[in-house]
Formats: sequence, C-alpha cells, structure tokens
Amino acid sequence: MDQSVFLPQGDFGQIFERLREAGYRVVGPAEQEGALTYDVLESADDIPVGLVDRQAPGHYRLEQQNHRRRFDWVGTAQGLKPWLFVAEQPLWVAREVEGGLRFEEVRETPVPTAVIGVRACDLAALALQDRHFLDGDYPDPHYRARRESLLLVAVNCHRSADTCFCVSTGDGPEVTFGADLVLDELDQGYLVKAGSERGAELLARLPGRPVRGWHKRRAKALRKQARTQQRALPSRDLRGPLYAARDDMRHWQPVAERCLTCGNCAAVCPTCFCHRVDEESPLDGSLSRAVRRWDTCFNDEHSYLVGHVVRKSAEHKYRQWLTHKLAIWHDQYDRSGCTGCGRCITWCPVGIDIVEEAERLCREVGES
Amino acid sequence: MNDPWTPYSARVVERVVETPDVVTLSLRFTDPEVQQQYRFACGQFNMLYLFGLGEVPISIMDYQDGCLQHTIRAVGRVSRKLVALEPGAMIGLRGPYGNSWPLEAARGRDLVFITAGLGCAPVIAAIRRAIAERDAYRRLIIMQGVKHSEDLLWQAQYDRWREVPDCEVLLAASEEAKVPFAWSLGMVTTLIDKARFDPLNSTVMMCGPEPMMRASIRALENNGVAMDNCYFSLERNMQCALGLCGHCQMGSPFICKNGPIFRVSDVRDWFLLEGY
Amino acid sequence: MAQASIAVHKLTSCSGCQSVFLNLGDDLLVLNELVEISHFIEAGLNNFDAEVDIAFVEGSITTPDDEARILKVRERSRFVVAIGACACSGGVQALRNVKDSVGWAGAVYADTEYLDSLAESRPVAQLVKVDLELWGCPISGRQLIATVRALLQGVPPVLPTEKVCQECKRAGNVCVLVTKAAPCLGPVTRAGCGALCPSFGAPCYTCFGASEQPNCDSLGERLVGLGIPQRQVAERFVSISSGLEPYQKAWARWRIPAKQLDS
Ligand SMILES: Cc1cc2nc3c(=O)[nH]c(=O)nc-3n(C[C@H](O)[C@H](O)[C@H](O)COP(=O)(O)OP(=O)(O)OC[C@H]3O[C@@H](n4cnc5c(N)ncnc54)[C@H](O)[C@@H]3O)c2cc1C
Ligand code: SF4
Ligand code: SF4
Ligand code: SF4
Ligand code: FES
Repeated sequence: MDQSVFLPQGDFGQIFERLREAGYRVVGPAEQEGALTYDVLESADDIPVGLVDRQAPGHYRLEQQNHRRRFDWVGTAQGLKPWLFVAEQPLWVAREVEGGLRFEEVRETPVPTAVIGVRACDLAALALQDRHFLDGDYPDPHYRARRESLLLVAVNCHRSADTCFCVSTGDGPEVTFGADLVLDELDQGYLVKAGSERGAELLARLPGRPVRGWHKRRAKALRKQARTQQRALPSRDLRGPLYAARDDMRHWQPVAERCLTCGNCAAVCPTCFCHRVDEESPLDGSLSRAVRRWDTCFNDEHSYLVGHVVRKSAEHKYRQWLTHKLAIWHDQYDRSGCTGCGRCITWCPVGIDIVEEAERLCREVGES
Repeated sequence: MNDPWTPYSARVVERVVETPDVVTLSLRFTDPEVQQQYRFACGQFNMLYLFGLGEVPISIMDYQDGCLQHTIRAVGRVSRKLVALEPGAMIGLRGPYGNSWPLEAARGRDLVFITAGLGCAPVIAAIRRAIAERDAYRRLIIMQGVKHSEDLLWQAQYDRWREVPDCEVLLAASEEAKVPFAWSLGMVTTLIDKARFDPLNSTVMMCGPEPMMRASIRALENNGVAMDNCYFSLERNMQCALGLCGHCQMGSPFICKNGPIFRVSDVRDWFLLEGY
Repeated sequence: MAQASIAVHKLTSCSGCQSVFLNLGDDLLVLNELVEISHFIEAGLNNFDAEVDIAFVEGSITTPDDEARILKVRERSRFVVAIGACACSGGVQALRNVKDSVGWAGAVYADTEYLDSLAESRPVAQLVKVDLELWGCPISGRQLIATVRALLQGVPPVLPTEKVCQECKRAGNVCVLVTKAAPCLGPVTRAGCGALCPSFGAPCYTCFGASEQPNCDSLGERLVGLGIPQRQVAERFVSISSGLEPYQKAWARWRIPAKQLDS
C-alpha cells in the first residue's frame, strides 16, 4: 500500500478543512516579531507564502521571496515543546479544609491539535521528550494528555539553514517516522504521504491526484539539496572526548567568558525538559497552587542546595548543558539529546555555537 | 489514587524535639486507605508539603505505631516551618521515592556505617534495621563524626548500641579542644583507620556532607575496601522526585530515581568532580 | 482581625511603586482586611510616627530630609522592605552620581537656591538595614502579593534572580536581539516583570536591576558588534538602575571618554 497522493497547490486548503471537520484546532507557521513560530491558524490563508529564514549564530531574519511556497523556511523559533511540555503548567491546588488539607489535581482536557509544518528534527525531539515524560515510572499526566490529542502534518525540508546539522545527528532532513502525514512541497502542489492510520484516513478524504514519476523525482532532488549542511558534529556519541574534557576547567573557560548564562539555548532546545515547581497563593491565602515552569541548568536555583549552588560558575553551567546534550543523554536515554535543529545557535544572544564548541573540545582533548 | 504530582493529606501525630533545630515528626495519612497501602523500604524518602510554601524531600526514619517518622533539621524556608509544627498540624505527603540500602545483599558480612553532621537520618534507619536483625550480619561498626560532641543526636541511642553484641561505636568531634571519654578528636575519617572490620567482607553505608564522603572514600580505599562494596546516600535539589524535573541530576544519574542510594563505584567519577 | 500592621513610605521617587498598591484592585480590599494600614499618604492615611510590623519604603535617599526620615522609619518598623529601583539601587536619579549634578541642576532650574539635595542618590540599604528588596520600576503587583502572603506566613518570599530571558521564553516571545538587533539587556536583568517590554517587541531596560551572574562584558561586546554605537551601549546600562556596580562597570567600559564627547 503506497499511500501517497498529489495535491495541487490550489487544494492545499483542503487539508485544513479535513482537519477541522475531524475536530482539530490547526496550528502552523505564523510570523511573530520577525520570526516564524507555530501559532493557532484560522484558515490556510493564514500561512505566509514565499518566506524563507536566514539563520546564523545569534541571528534570525525572514526574507520575502518571489514564489508561492508555504514551507520553504527551515526553522521556527520553537519546536513542538511549548505545545506539549507547556511553559507554565498548574499541577494541583491545595485548600485548607475542616480536618485536613484537600488536594485537587489539575486535569485539563486538551483541545485536539493538528500541527502543520513539523520538521524531521522536531519529530526526533518529540520522540526524546516522549521518552523522558512518558516512559519512566511516573508518566507525566499533563504531557500525556496533550500528546494523545496531537496530530502531526510534517514537511520534508528542501533547504537547510546555515545553523542546521541534523544530517550529522541522523535526525533529518527527511521525515522517517512519527508523523501522520508527510508533505513534499513542489511549486505545483504537494506530494502527500500517510505515516499512520489516522493519516491514511485523512489522505483518503483529500481531492488527491495520482502521483507521477516526475513528482517523485523532483521531490527527491529537493530533499537531497537539503542534505548539504555547513555544520556537523564530530560524531553521534561524544562521550569519549567530552568526558575527557569534563575534568579540566580550562576547557570550559573560553566559552564561559562569553556565555551570559541566560538559558536561552535550553529554553529553545526542543529536548530540554527541566522545570521547577513554584507555589502560588492569592493574597487571601484561600488556596495554594503548585505550578511548574520551564527552568534551565543555567539558573543558580537549578542546582541550589541549602547554603550553596552546586553549579555556580559559568564554566560549570555551560559544561552541564553541553555535556548533558551531547554525552550524558546517551547514558540516560541511549542516544544524544541533540537533534541538530540549530536553535540553540540561532537564539543565543551572543551567538555561541554548540557545534563549534564541541569541535573545539574534541580538538583540545585530542591534542593533549 | 492521585496523579503522581499530587500529595495526600497527612497529620502530625507527635513531635519530639531532638536538639534546638532538629525534631522528629510522626505522621499519619488522613485517609486510612492511603495509610494502609503505603509501603516503603529502608533508605527511601517522602516529599513533605506545607500549605502555601512548597515541598521538600525528607528520608523516612522509621515506621512505628502506624506512623511514619521523619527527622528534620531546620535549615531554610520550608524546613524551619516543618520543625515548628505541633501535633494536629496538617501537611501534604507523597512517596515513597527512590531505592533502598542493600541490607539483604549484605547479609553475612560486616556492616560499616559512616555518617557525619545531620546526614545521619537515612543511615540511622539502616542501623536500626540491622540491629533488629542482629544475627543476619557479622560485625557492626558505627562511626559518626560531628563538630562538637554536644551536637550528637540520640546520644542515648549510641550508648545502647554499644551494648549490642559485637557492635563497635566510634565517635569523633572535629572542633573541640578536649573530647569526652570514648571520643576521638578529628574527622570521621580518623575513625576509619581505627575501626576493626574485614575490608574484603564488609558492606559500607555512608551519608553526610560531600567533602566528608570524599575523604571517607579515600580512607576506605587506603584500607583496602573495594568501592563495589560501598554505598552512599546523595542529595541534589529536588522539585519532583518523579524523574521528571531534571534538577536532581548529578551527571548521568538522577538522584531521585536512580538513588538516592548509590554504589560508590557506579557514580564515583561524577561524585568526585566539582560542580555536577 | 488584622494579622499585621504596615506602612507605605515615600522618599525621593515618582510614586509609581506606591501606585502598585492602589492598583491591586480587589486585592487592595483583601489587603485592607489582612493588615492594618497605618501610614500611606497616597491613600489618605498620614501617621508617619506609627510603629508597624512591615514598612514598605519607596524612593531613594537624595535629600537631608530623606536621610532623617529613613532613620525614623527603621526605628519604628520591625521589617523594612525596600520597594522599587529607587529604593533598591538609587533609581534613575542615581544618574547624577556619575555626572556633575550641580551643573545639571543649573541647566534645568532657573534658580537653584531652594534646592537642597545631597551629592548622590543612594539606595535605602546604604543608610539602614533593609530586610527585603522588591525590585522593579515599578514593582510587580504579583511579587507584592507573594511578598505580603509570605511575610504573613512568617517566611521570606521566593523572588527570582534568574534573567528576564527566562520569563521571555516562557511567555512565548521571539528574541528581539536576535531578530532585530535590538539592544536588549534582558540577559543581565533580574526577572520579575514577566518580560513586559519584549512582549511588546521592545528591548529590556533593566527595571528589575541586575540578575544573578550578569555578564555585562560579553553582552556589551555583542551589542557593539551588532553595530550599536558604543556610547548608546554605555548609556543603555545606566538608565533605570545606574547605581548598580555591574552596570556602572559596563558604562565605564563603553562610554566614549569625556574629552571626546565635549568636542
Ligand atoms: C533524598 C533526600 C533526603 C533528605 N532527607 C532529609 C532528612 O531526613 N532530614 C532533613 O532534615 N533533611 C533531609 N534532606 C534535605 C532537605 O530536603 C533540605 O534540607 C530541604 O529541602 C531544605 O529546604 P528549605 O526550604 O528548608 O531550605 P531553602 O534553603 O529555603 O531551600 C529552598 C528549596 O531548595 C530545595 N533544596 C534546598 N536544599 C535541598 C536539599 N539538600 N535537597 C533537596 N532539595 C533542596 C528545596 O526545594 C527547598 O524548598 C534530604 C534531601 C534529599 C535530597
Ligand atoms: S542542542 Fe541545540 S541543536 Fe541540538 S536539539 Fe537542542 S537546540 Fe537543537
Ligand atoms: S541541558 Fe540543562 S536544561 Fe537542558 S535538560 Fe539538561 S540539565 Fe536540563
Ligand atoms: S550559550 Fe548562549 S543562550 Fe546559552 S546560556 Fe550561554 S549565552 Fe545564553
Ligand atoms: S527530583 Fe525531579 S528529576 Fe529527580
């Protein structure tokens, strides 16, 4: 069963219609302060056309081009993370009642959500977040509820940004798993492939035409074009060199001088999972609410123990981030914690480049 | 059953003042069914919650007369208020979390306990369990280091342990000009050289400040004890105890789900590094 | 029954932080029930000499009168909370600490005879012991509520020292430094405002003062590297919280030497 169809450019809105009929709210690319982000869309017309992104360390610009393609951009400011592992999540509410404390769980029924435009690196990151939030002894109910109501329409990248290195991590640019529908965007329309049963049902209801040989050849060529990337990690498993570099703080000093310990890298990283729990009460103290918030290992409070901060210096903080992503993750989750999306490079205010740092560290321990 | 994040209501049944800043609270769940289903192993911990303030991880000391016992030291925001609770006060409780001391696997061996400061709570629980099953083990060595001899919690308990057959109790005070009878002057590590145990057939259990445990590891190695046979209980900031929040990572291990008790040889590299 | 008595004092300031009390809405009524408000001129309560549990002090010390009053406030209050950038760091008016204030006064006022001000604008903590600092220009209502709540429970409030960037990312904003080369100081500024300016596409102005571990050197270099004139970078660091050491250092590093400026 080769479940593929060709959807002419003018029929793109049909995907939207079918998703909305099936009860989904549709989320897709939208412009916000000069970058693309995922946002709730009212109709297919909300998707900007002809936009491409120019990314470099600490730099992101959108450029309007003279074509009608909707997915020629490469990276959104955030991946899927804010839609599943939300930035602020109420967990439970406590009240003082006669004879004790009463605890009420916060249970939300998430709106079924379909995200259009998802990339291979987003899906790889999602799999890592699934592993963290769902596969342990205590699956997170809040993540799970959102995860179960998610439908994914992915797009194969036909370009790479200067910050991408998914080829070296093995996570892209081609979508190989995890999506319900996968699109290849050609000037004339979309090659639509089903990746799941739900996807196949949707596909059956689209006014698709048979796929021609040239459609396939063109899409293949475009996918190949995206594989040309400027950056590459030295290897998929960097435990050897990074564990060797971990002991000597001199390796971490050059980057610590530049690092602002602002945590933007971790906040945009689609696999970072850290959060803290804050306790909040209204002024009258009638109840108290536990709220979890995104947190990062660049914050002092992240490693605070009575009387001291375990990872106090910028050296310690940057070392935690880089070794966790590229080395420790292997020990914890059997693969690297980096999917090569390049977000940490683009959104670092001072343009610190994780690939460059990893290369430097490998070089330095190789030399010594 | 609550979802994993949500505490259960519990009540303070008894409060015993151990020192000016340490108390032992006996706690019971409000819901008898929750109480009944609650099981724990020696070395595990609970998350204790105070209304409007937040949760902190606290080791389970004991279970007596249908009550969970926690020994808590007032050090900060939540713990100060916990220590001030009177019987009848309401709190939140969820647990137990983490793994336990290898008391089963250590049967037939010498048991060596090393603690310092107030880090003793988790180890005390293990000592009590070992003494309750005295015949299962060979020699028992209990070493405790404090700054001043009057800091020692449960003086009477240590005196009783001296009476247990083939049980050696060694105490050290590091910041005292003159130590009382039967005490040594110095760090707990000085005791390791004095204690009589079979380095090849002992299981060591440690808890306390990290510099003390680093020094103890060196002293034990000098005495020919293999790190495969040494265990310690570790602490990192904990926001969830569920393996989710990421705060308790010490390099690769998550203290809450892979610990809090570790075989020293398994995490030695991470532990000896500063700043992980 | 009121659980505590409070006073809201004002030194040299714009009254913006006091207004945060008045703008609490329904919570102002709740506050009035929880505590006895003994002194709060802006709300029509004038009882400066009252002894209180908690004194909230707005404003910096810039006049001899401010000096005298803060000493009295300290004497009469169990717990002193400095509120706002002025009280915590000297405020905008601390700009005069880095410049010639006499010259400025002459430029602004026709007649300086009746001006009675000290050479420097100082934060409250330079004169008396401050038990707690609530940062912001103005302070945040949310933090104010959390603080009152915590103090009534007998514990210190949990106030973040993390960077504005953290709140900015949680709010789902796009970084204006990265997309527009805007001179945002969020990476060296304490969180608390909820990333207010960046949420409207504007760069951060350091209203909540210096964050933990502020790396002004690296950020300043980056801003200069983005093509922002050195002098603008320097001045950016000393606007609202100019009294803070890390910001002053940054100013000293990038300001164009006075000689060059004069020419
Ligand atoms: C597995 C485990 C078992 C423990 N058992 C005991 C025990 O039996 N008795 C005892 O007195 N103490 C124990 N502690 C330490 C106790 O959890 C801390 O003293 C307590 O969290 C301090 O909180 P606070 O609010 O009073 O202090 P603050 O200094 O106000 O801390 C603020 C917050 O930081 C976090 N935090 C600070 N220190 C620690 C820490 N050491 N460990 C984890 N989180 C921390 C907490 O979230 C805390 O609420 C244990 C810690 C762990 C990890
Ligand atoms: S570490 Fe950087 S490149 Fe890798 S997944 Fe995270 S944000 Fe993307
Ligand atoms: S890199 Fe830092 S923020 Fe990200 S998951 Fe690891 S510890 Fe958490
Ligand atoms: S690497 Fe960049 S984004 Fe990450 S904390 Fe450092 S300065 Fe911020
Ligand atoms: S305490 Fe949250 S992961 Fe261990």
